[in-house]
Amino acid sequence: MAEAPREAWITGIGIVSCLGEGLDAHWQGFAESKRVIDAETFAPFIVHPLAPVDFDKQIPKRGDQRQMEPWQRIGTYAAGLALDSAGAKGNAALLGHMDMIVAAGGGERDEAVDSAILSQLPKAAKPDQFLNDRLMSDLRPTLFLAQLSNLLAGNISIVHGVTGSSRTFMGEELASIDALQIALARIAAGQSDITLVGGSYNAERSDVVMLYSFGGYCLDGEFRPVWEREPKGGFALGSLGAFIVVESRAHAQARGVKPIARLSAATSGYSNRQNPHAIENELERLWTRIAPALAPEGGAIISGASGAAPATAAERQFLLSHPERPVRATATLIGHGIEPQMVMNVALAAMAVSRGKLFPPCAGASFEQPMEQALRQVVVTGVGHWRGEGLALVEAVD
Amino acid sequence: MASDRDKSGRPVVVVTGMGVVTSLGAGKADNWDKLTAGKSGIRAIKRFSTEGLKTRIAGTVDFVPVDPLTSPALAGKLAEMAAEEAVAQSAVGRKGHFPGPLFLAVAPVEVEWPQRQEIARASGANDQVTYTDMIRAAASGKFRHYHERFMFTSVADGLVAKFGTEGAPVSLSTACASGASAIQLGFEAIRRGETAAALCVATDGSVNVESLIRFSLLSALSMSNDPPEGASKPFSKNRDGFVMAEGAGALVLESYEAAKARGAKILGVLAGCGELADSFHRTRSSPDGKPIVGCMRNALDDAGLTPADIDYINAHGTGTPENDKMECQCVATVFGERAKQIPISSNKSMIGHTLSAAGAIEAVVTLMTLEHQRIPPTINYNVPDPTITLDVVPNVARDAKMQRAISNSFGFGGQNVSLVLALEPA
Repeated sequence: MAEAPREAWITGIGIVSCLGEGLDAHWQGFAESKRVIDAETFAPFIVHPLAPVDFDKQIPKRGDQRQMEPWQRIGTYAAGLALDSAGAKGNAALLGHMDMIVAAGGGERDEAVDSAILSQLPKAAKPDQFLNDRLMSDLRPTLFLAQLSNLLAGNISIVHGVTGSSRTFMGEELASIDALQIALARIAAGQSDITLVGGSYNAERSDVVMLYSFGGYCLDGEFRPVWEREPKGGFALGSLGAFIVVESRAHAQARGVKPIARLSAATSGYSNRQNPHAIENELERLWTRIAPALAPEGGAIISGASGAAPATAAERQFLLSHPERPVRATATLIGHGIEPQMVMNVALAAMAVSRGKLFPPCAGASFEQPMEQALRQVVVTGVGHWRGEGLALVEAVD
Repeated sequence: MASDRDKSGRPVVVVTGMGVVTSLGAGKADNWDKLTAGKSGIRAIKRFSTEGLKTRIAGTVDFVPVDPLTSPALAGKLAEMAAEEAVAQSAVGRKGHFPGPLFLAVAPVEVEWPQRQEIARASGANDQVTYTDMIRAAASGKFRHYHERFMFTSVADGLVAKFGTEGAPVSLSTACASGASAIQLGFEAIRRGETAAALCVATDGSVNVESLIRFSLLSALSMSNDPPEGASKPFSKNRDGFVMAEGAGALVLESYEAAKARGAKILGVLAGCGELADSFHRTRSSPDGKPIVGCMRNALDDAGLTPADIDYINAHGTGTPENDKMECQCVATVFGERAKQIPISSNKSMIGHTLSAAGAIEAVVTLMTLEHQRIPPTINYNVPDPTITLDVVPNVARDAKMQRAISNSFGFGGQNVSLVLALEPA
């Protein structure tokens, strides 16, 4: 018969964003409301560029780095930080049974090749043959693998040796909502002892700015906190990498590892957004599932609100029905990294509960209230700009 | 009556519905007839000009009209057809409400060349078209439909709307093992007791010019263009690569307990799943074969079986020199002396390599193989490879007595998944 669910701890965190690398840099960045934006490169659209990173520190072979496009490098780097933090780096026996779920996008383009082909195609005598010839001669053979979705996981296997299992989830924001839900469910049920979960995003790409511009989702004009972007809305894409190591308590204790925080719940939902108040209702449904674990005091909410309209307005309506918990929307400072965003926010929640306090409201975000009392619990929200909802619960471990 | 729980006390998972679409046709019956007749679905590509390309053939699904044609649109349609057949057969739930989650294996989604050219034209740029121009055109609001079309979630979204699966769909890719991974995720959810049913679908409609060229640049594709039906020749000495193909497979998984309670017909048992990632190389297997060997052993262990219990192997069998050599080496390691007596065949000799869909399509075919007690052949086997000494069921279908089979799926990025499938115990 089914046994009691096993407790899951977060025992490793690796994060990198425009605020820098690691927990201290992020703590500092949120404390100062440090604003790192690039409003020039993709003007009029705003993105959050990755802080300078020395990739050699986690990807020692240059040959490996050359086989990756930036999003894979960011992810492989963040995964290495997480494994270091969990005390797992280089432990072949441990890595050999470590599971992995990666939340990935993909499709990074060679912009110069695209531009050259598109410029000359209309003048080609035989456009079809011209396209074939140019792709055959101009595409780097390695580019395919460097942008292929499941090759972030593949590179983590190669560079860091994580080989217990390797699964890549896609689906924009849902990718890491699903990844967390399944990683936790597998650990709770005894299907996994230790799982590396996370993903990465490179926002400094014309092709993704184009993709989200189709739907009018990219933030332009004046920079404002995510809560202050109505009615037009918009997210500022953010380059970031976020991995966490989730581990059964027994497994962590057996290898003498201290928890950073407990991952107590990870839920996923999928509202039909044609219905009125779909997002609010779906979040409320997920809230009732974690509610039994919620304490009356010492709780906060780290929101994954991206600034997208109408998703963020709907989420705010939902949050107004839980006014006892101060809210922080991290995307104001780190931007919206789509696939890995939920894992990034779970990592930031773990950081906050492990320090016993919430970082201050973001400058200019009047929706965010100060919190003086000790922090014990964080509910993390994830609302896809187009589809998908999720809630996770991160708690302090005594 | 057989137990609802396995030896470890976990729910037994069974298959109660299956659907399939390949270049051979739509539906299980048509595919089975052609697979056992040794027919090939590989043909010259008509969808786009292949002028100047080294590979000009594929297992395209041309009989399903999709307009405008994009890979996610075709993948979505194929997935819908396969899922429709599977859900109808299982008769689980009610119309428009499938009582469980969706696990969807789907190829990465990205903007394609016809759309890129359309945006470039709309940008009004004259001599030099840059992404700055295209972003300006994209932001005009005239292309809103392309946002939705090129979201990864879009394929799953259509299936959720049609079949009414519960909760958030999981879209996944483990490259050419994706179909098997989708099945594994559904299997695990039922074993955890989270759900009594899961809809596992895998689809691929990505024979477009850039995808073909990408595989071509990796020297992965067969260049035996003439005749197309002879190109895919797994296990043969003259094998020269795989043939890209399209299709979809769908399985309704249920707990044995729930399936019996509603009197459902049991099509087979999913006895076990195994996986093990390879850290050797991005596209090549570890030369010692340990990850593939470990993957098959994990699947057998998970099923509580030993190599002696397996009667048939549905090979990954892509027809690349590397894959077939490694797979056969590893089968020999796992099955030892018995390896030569266990028939192993490759469906890809006929339907080509359906990439993200292959693991699910081949799981469906494996269960049909057990049901009919007849093995679809490995066609185009004319030049034996002396280093491959297994019984590859050459060219002609064969009757055999079988209770259990293993189906292998391996992919770029070190992905390995094996499924153990069985007939319902008496």
